[in-house]
Amino acid sequence: MSAIQSNVSEPISEELALVRAAKRGDDTAFEELVKRYDRNVFRIAQHITQNREDAEDVVQEAFLKAYGNLAQFQEQSKFYTWLVRIAVNEALMKLRRRRPERMVSLDEEVKTEDDSLPREVADWSPNPEQMYNQAELRDILTRTIQGLPAGFRTVFVLRDVEGLSTEETADALDLSIPAVKSRLLRARLQLRERLSRFFQKRGSGDGNK
Amino acid sequence: MKCTEFLQELTNYLDGALDERTKSELEDHLAWCHNCYVVCDTTKKTIEIYRDSELYELPDDLRGRLRSAIMSKCSQHKKSSPGSA
Repeated sequence: MSAIQSNVSEPISEELALVRAAKRGDDTAFEELVKRYDRNVFRIAQHITQNREDAEDVVQEAFLKAYGNLAQFQEQSKFYTWLVRIAVNEALMKLRRRRPERMVSLDEEVKTEDDSLPREVADWSPNPEQMYNQAELRDILTRTIQGLPAGFRTVFVLRDVEGLSTEETADALDLSIPAVKSRLLRARLQLRERLSRFFQKRGSGDGNK
Repeated sequence: MKCTEFLQELTNYLDGALDERTKSELEDHLAWCHNCYVVCDTTKKTIEIYRDSELYELPDDLRGRLRSAIMSKCSQHKKSSPGSA
């Protein structure tokens, strides 16, 4: 068997089997896809819109759009990546509607090269998440990530929280791979810098060992 | 390797996407540059904390409601445009 044909003979994934069944009109199969990805879509939507009601709407609209356009899904990417792409667009539309005064775009570029360069390099406590109770920690993490520009936040959430690959993230956001990498680096560094305020070792800032 | 060069490669390093040579240059730098070591280590922790944070989990009751709403809208869609889904 030649290498070129090897993709064709691979067994189709469970996801693709569900997609094909749904395309043939099997709503139970589509419901399985909803069950499989609703949590992820909700999380992504809430990270982008920063609003629970908007996130609920995005979940519904994204799945409904996917359902209505299933025939157009070409099966060249994963269904999940395609779904994320729809969800991100819906979420950005919500965000723009809510904040018309601010341009919200995934293309918003960074003004300077130095905006993410570390200024604060104090080391963190060995178990930073144990310095706060669960509610405090949640609050710190939420407020910190909300402070990032939408374009950075979205890349960070898809790559580091949802675990999409760089290629899948680029595909879902219609960005180039270098653009994804550059945003991811800046997002990670900015989050790190902001979290340092909360997580640095206590009592070691005055030079006393 | 300078600190700025190190930073440029930090994401690739954390993602395990570097060739052996660049990786070993980076690790040489980390061995003597304490600031970069701290930045690297705390960036890694930043990612882990967010990954494990379970922010915005979808509660079961809301999840059930959303799913029923989605499926009932899908079935309306099918009735209004038969053969399209």
